[in-house]
Amino acid sequence: MCQQKFLRVTYYKLLLGAIAALALSFLSSVALAQGPTPTDDEVNRIAKQLYCPVCESTPLDACPTEACRQWRDLIRTMLAEGKSEAEIKQYFVDHYGVRVLAEPPNRLATYLIPAIAILLGALLLFRGFQMWMKPSKARVAVKTAQTSAPDPYVARLEEELKKQK
Amino acid sequence: MTETSIPAPRRGVPLWAQIIIWVFLVGLLVIVALGLQRRQQGTVQPGQVIDNFSLPLYNGYEVDGKSDIHLADLRGKVVVINFWASWCKPCEQEAAELQQAWTEYDPTGQVVFLGVDYVDTEPEARVYLKKFGITYANGPDLATRISQYFRIKGVPETYFVDQDGVLRYVQIGPFPSIEAIRAQIDPLLE
Repeated sequence: MCQQKFLRVTYYKLLLGAIAALALSFLSSVALAQGPTPTDDEVNRIAKQLYCPVCESTPLDACPTEACRQWRDLIRTMLAEGKSEAEIKQYFVDHYGVRVLAEPPNRLATYLIPAIAILLGALLLFRGFQMWMKPSKARVAVKTAQTSAPDPYVARLEEELKKQK
Repeated sequence: MTETSIPAPRRGVPLWAQIIIWVFLVGLLVIVALGLQRRQQGTVQPGQVIDNFSLPLYNGYEVDGKSDIHLADLRGKVVVINFWASWCKPCEQEAAELQQAWTEYDPTGQVVFLGVDYVDTEPEARVYLKKFGITYANGPDLATRISQYFRIKGVPETYFVDQDGVLRYVQIGPFPSIEAIRAQIDPLLE
């Protein structure tokens, strides 16, 4: 009788232990899935790449407004959920527009158009300076003609004037 | 003594280059002028027909089971478009009045209220909506497309669009009372 009671108590103890172990493993897996709470530095590393449309010219990591605080909280939540930096930035672009990015998206036209404009400007300046520095061919030709052979008409005119004197 | 003046060709930047430079400069000026004009223009003005837009709705704030709403589908009804945000303190001043007005006009079936949540986060927006017991259609202004179209200067701002899709009145800032809301809707229903 006493032995049966002992066995029953042991059985319940084992059952409770198993339930507790299962509960602990479940809680730890949930905690691991959520990850540790991101630090302010981790949040600000992403926040400084974003600008809130409400507070123009102030990066999100330095903006003191309530709207920006909410955005930083959202970044923290997303980091805790295991979202990557690229995913978080994409979320903000999708929800608030591309203007929230501190740097424009890496599109070919973003860099190609300014590069072409700069090259074109440099070429125009180069051509302009080249033209200004080069002496006029026509003027050079006239000067050469004057020094090498005097005008026969002028020479004859001067000769006639001498005769009249 | 004697210098023959033969007109020499003009030195300087060739014509094609001058044309490009001038076109570039004029283009730059036009862009700056348009930007300045847009800044000084203010919000869209009464009398203007409002283009169609689509507003995705928060869960629990759908209309007829649809998860988004199109302005074009609301022709024939007066549409009250309210821009707000959970971080906006002045918005709280009018939140209860707007909800009260909605409960008054909803049974008529002639007025639709749309809450456009500007630059907000959904969890905070939901807290705000729950706090003020707001039940009319509400959703985020994705990529700030709607607010850019209306050229809003801040929140709260409210736009009254008549049955033909024409903007009739713009309220900048919070409504002082429910009478002020009624004063804009009632004439449109007559």
